[in-house]
Amino acid sequence: MSRPSSPKIVIVGAGPAGIRAAATLVAAGLHPVVIDEGHRAGGQIYRRPPDGFVRTPEQLYGSEAVKAQELHALFDRLTEERQLTYQAHSSVIAVHQGRLHVLGEGGVQVISYDRLVLATGASDRIAPVPGWQNAGVYSLGAAQIALKAQGVALGRRVVLIGSGPLLTLVGAQLLKAGADVAAVLDTSSWRRQMRGFPGLAARPIVALRGLALRARLGGRYHAGVTLERIEANASGVIAMRWRDAGGWQRITPCDMVGMGWHLRAETHLADLVGCVFAYDEQWQQWLPQTDAMGRAGNGVYLAGDGARLIGADGAEIAGRLAAVACLKDLGHAASPVQADLRKLTRLKRFAYGLARAFPWPAEMVRTMPDDAIVCRCENITAAAVREGADFGGGEANRLKSLSRVGMGRCQGRYCHLAAVELVAAQSGCASRDVGRFRGQAPVRPAPVGAFLRED
Amino acid sequence: MITAGRIVRLAERDRAEVQFFLDGEKRSALAGDTVLTAMLASGHALRSSEFGPELRAGFCLMGACQDCWVWQEEGPRLRACSTPVTEGMWLRTTPPESWP
Repeated sequence: MSRPSSPKIVIVGAGPAGIRAAATLVAAGLHPVVIDEGHRAGGQIYRRPPDGFVRTPEQLYGSEAVKAQELHALFDRLTEERQLTYQAHSSVIAVHQGRLHVLGEGGVQVISYDRLVLATGASDRIAPVPGWQNAGVYSLGAAQIALKAQGVALGRRVVLIGSGPLLTLVGAQLLKAGADVAAVLDTSSWRRQMRGFPGLAARPIVALRGLALRARLGGRYHAGVTLERIEANASGVIAMRWRDAGGWQRITPCDMVGMGWHLRAETHLADLVGCVFAYDEQWQQWLPQTDAMGRAGNGVYLAGDGARLIGADGAEIAGRLAAVACLKDLGHAASPVQADLRKLTRLKRFAYGLARAFPWPAEMVRTMPDDAIVCRCENITAAAVREGADFGGGEANRLKSLSRVGMGRCQGRYCHLAAVELVAAQSGCASRDVGRFRGQAPVRPAPVGAFLRED
Repeated sequence: MITAGRIVRLAERDRAEVQFFLDGEKRSALAGDTVLTAMLASGHALRSSEFGPELRAGFCLMGACQDCWVWQEEGPRLRACSTPVTEGMWLRTTPPESWP
């Protein structure tokens, strides 16, 4: 048993990156504090169901079961031995001058740090499709979480749309679990997917596993589709209207649509803490900048999908590297990192391959109909965003003030990229030239009462 | 197992029943269900949108989108996707009278 070490190191997030960072620090004799939104460590990819659920790790995590079990066991052991302090079910909602404002069940608590490791992960990258505001439309990640953590499908008849590894994976997982998957619609064409091949060859087994999952979908899978509209009645989704690669209109009845175009890094805290951002052409989004180890400056380290979308295996390595960087900066002797850096380079090549094969659907967003909703929080339409661009010029934050897009309760997580794309189209520039929404605290909604103290 | 609501229970069906109240009516769910799962096992939505005519039933299930906030008869609002349902909970799809 130990107490939080001095200097105090705080890790935000307990997915693969956060767990490896914590374990590396503990191995060096330090006692980190780990703040996590989950009830138990694992993150989204290795999320654990509540107590009393009986499916085996093989059923839950498939080919990744061993990795998941190892990470869970490692973190649980470190928590039990009190080698670290685990603060579950807590959200960091603000960072200011070396202090984290943490919202938990008991209200807001201030936790100071000397070094900060952000392992905040990623969520689905969403492009709006007309009708996506209706009940029964979920992210692909949601469909997977529902299955993994609750054992349920979010509808009786499912259509999955978008592009990326999760599209195929969720389709195959739902099918295997017995869900009625009517169609899996990929906006990336076969030809486009082939362009990712050189990169994907960096991990041939993973690529083949993906193809095998794809094969399981059989005739449900369609590449190169055009998504037209999610049809709904008063109680929610009733059908998906789309065109196949040959241009034929198809209507697939369904009561649930899962959507997503690969992933979007969760960067709000990196923004608040002052990280430098740059537009990344490969991943087609703004990402915080670090050195190869994950150093972002000012005692802040970034690891995992919150910094670079390399996936769970890459997150484990990045977590370790960020912790080693932190140890080095504190003057500790640190273990060699060459092998990890080499592995990370290979994983990065694969991730670039994925990004090329399953791109952000820029054209679909740029040409979306005026009446389609861009901001799902406050039902702000494409017309309102275009009008904002005409009035305020092609700058992201001016658009935000004019149209409120990005100011809703999700704080732009699900509309940001689409809004910026629309402004770029309207202003005749590239989306990188529009800039990005500035992050604002609190990064999760917090009741005013949480800030009040009875003293 | 198809439920009366939106969700289909594909696995983990052998769990104890939990009773809760939704808009004053008694409903049942399973121990370990989130509020979202519990509500969608007997209904098709969690709440209505403040900005449009449509109903909402959650979106991201990981606490990022904030689409799934529901009310309790007493006490704070809940994010349905990340709150476990408990025996005797009183939930509402609309704000209580006292809501500002």
